[in-house]
Amino acid sequence: MTEPLLQIKSLNKSFGALKATDDVSLTLYPREIHALIGPNGAGKSTLIKQVAGGLQPNSGEIWFDGRDVTGLSTVARARAGLGRTFQISSLAMEYTVLQNAVLGALGHSGAVWRFFNPVMGNAPLRNAAIAALERVGLVEHAAKRTADLSHGQRRLLEVAVALTLQPRVFLMDEPMAGLGASGSKRLTGFLDGLRSEAPILLVEHDMDAVFALADRISVLVYGKIIATGTAEEIRSNPAVREAYLGEEDAA
Amino acid sequence: MSRATLINTALFLMLPITALVALALDEPFIITLATKVAILALAGVGLNIALGLGGLVSLGHAAFFGIGGYAMGILAHHAQTFTPLMEAPFLLEGTKFMPVIWVVAVIAGALAALAIGALSLRTSGVYFIMITLAFGQMLYYFAISWPAYGGEDGLSIYVRNGFPGLNTLDPIQFFVLCFVILALVLFCTGRLAAAPFGLALSAARQNAERVETVGLSPYRLRLLAFVISGAVTALAGALFADLNRFVSPTMLSWHMSGEIMIFVILGGVGRLFGPVAGAALFILLEHVLGGLSDFWHVYLGLLLLLVVLFARGGMIGLAAGREVAHD
Repeated sequence: MTEPLLQIKSLNKSFGALKATDDVSLTLYPREIHALIGPNGAGKSTLIKQVAGGLQPNSGEIWFDGRDVTGLSTVARARAGLGRTFQISSLAMEYTVLQNAVLGALGHSGAVWRFFNPVMGNAPLRNAAIAALERVGLVEHAAKRTADLSHGQRRLLEVAVALTLQPRVFLMDEPMAGLGASGSKRLTGFLDGLRSEAPILLVEHDMDAVFALADRISVLVYGKIIATGTAEEIRSNPAVREAYLGEEDAA
Repeated sequence: MSRATLINTALFLMLPITALVALALDEPFIITLATKVAILALAGVGLNIALGLGGLVSLGHAAFFGIGGYAMGILAHHAQTFTPLMEAPFLLEGTKFMPVIWVVAVIAGALAALAIGALSLRTSGVYFIMITLAFGQMLYYFAISWPAYGGEDGLSIYVRNGFPGLNTLDPIQFFVLCFVILALVLFCTGRLAAAPFGLALSAARQNAERVETVGLSPYRLRLLAFVISGAVTALAGALFADLNRFVSPTMLSWHMSGEIMIFVILGGVGRLFGPVAGAALFILLEHVLGGLSDFWHVYLGLLLLLVVLFARGGMIGLAAGREVAHD
């Protein structure tokens, strides 16, 4: 197999006595979707935060594209090509949908130190933003204020902004949350195609989506990865069934 | 034309109309008041770049206002006493030439804002307010204890500085000069707000995490905003000192910072023309209420309270409605 694009090497993070990330190692190869599942409080978002920046691990390393990025800031990692979407939508709420997408395109172009010409009149940025909105199906809401979007639409906008960054790797924290059944299905189809552009590290609660999409699945329980494997392997893994899927079956 | 544009235009024209009417009625004092409004509005426009666009609640903008004032005072003082500013390593003389004074004031204000901003912007919230306040007070006490330039008594400049082709001692001519500068800065600030920098800066105010995630550094955006803001406020300070032909540590005190902030809040935080409305109302109140009672600040306080409680968008917000996200 080729070199992994993203590699997490024995990462540890504690909050006091709580081990939120306990010796986690994980790889993401080109063209793959690697899903991270686990019960609530297992430390999935904490892990994503450490990969994207914003939270420094106590020990361990994060390698991206052949170099150690553990010491880099969130900004530097984003510029290097880590495209993140948040579990709780993190958008500029006063802006229109289009403005949020243009902000992404602006970040990608890096041409932010311009002080005179209106950014919304900049054709390349605007086109990139509209193209991204079209792909997630938000283009008809482009002029809406972001604060007026539904929960699910905000999740889609998160994905659209990540698209404008043209990242090398997507880090997606529960993109399906709040989408509803049909929206979830649509996004599943979209992510399926997206993996050929850039691999996705996907945290997701929607098991249908995870089993439909993931090339590999890692199961995180109490900060520890208890199993990594294909959908089949995970389904038949007794430890996983006990720790996680069992609850789902019962429910 | 939208309602907001209409209100802005009316606000903007109010100043020259007032000045012209005063000229026709031969009331030079009113012209001077209009000039004062233009200059204080300019200081507010400067603060509004940091406060409105960047969300940086600076309680130290008197520092830049005063630095501008002292840039003018020191240069003009040396020119009127015919003493060089310094002799070694090269001779540097004072000047009574406004354009040079403005450039010096802007550069000094920008450098001070760079230094103060670089340190202050590592904090946020209440700490940012406190640290900018502390820097402002530091400069205030420094000016008081610096006898070379008048210390507590300040510096008087006998004749207003000159501008080529104008008689700056004529109130209406000085008004026109100040008003044109205000207009130019308003125009540039409007462009800035809609430019890529403005989009990113405003986004950093709304959600810093979002800006980081698209690969832009909120710290750098804010620092530059703070520098531009300080430079504009310093320019206003130089004009204000020229208006009064006097500069003293009062220009550096935290009362001044508070006043500049009041202009912005009264008019509407983040509204381009907010400081114009705020400064105009402030001066109007000062002279109408101030004539009735020495305790007019009580009423100002009351008004401020009402604005903060019931009209978060300030006067402009009240008149023009909620700001629509523009495309």
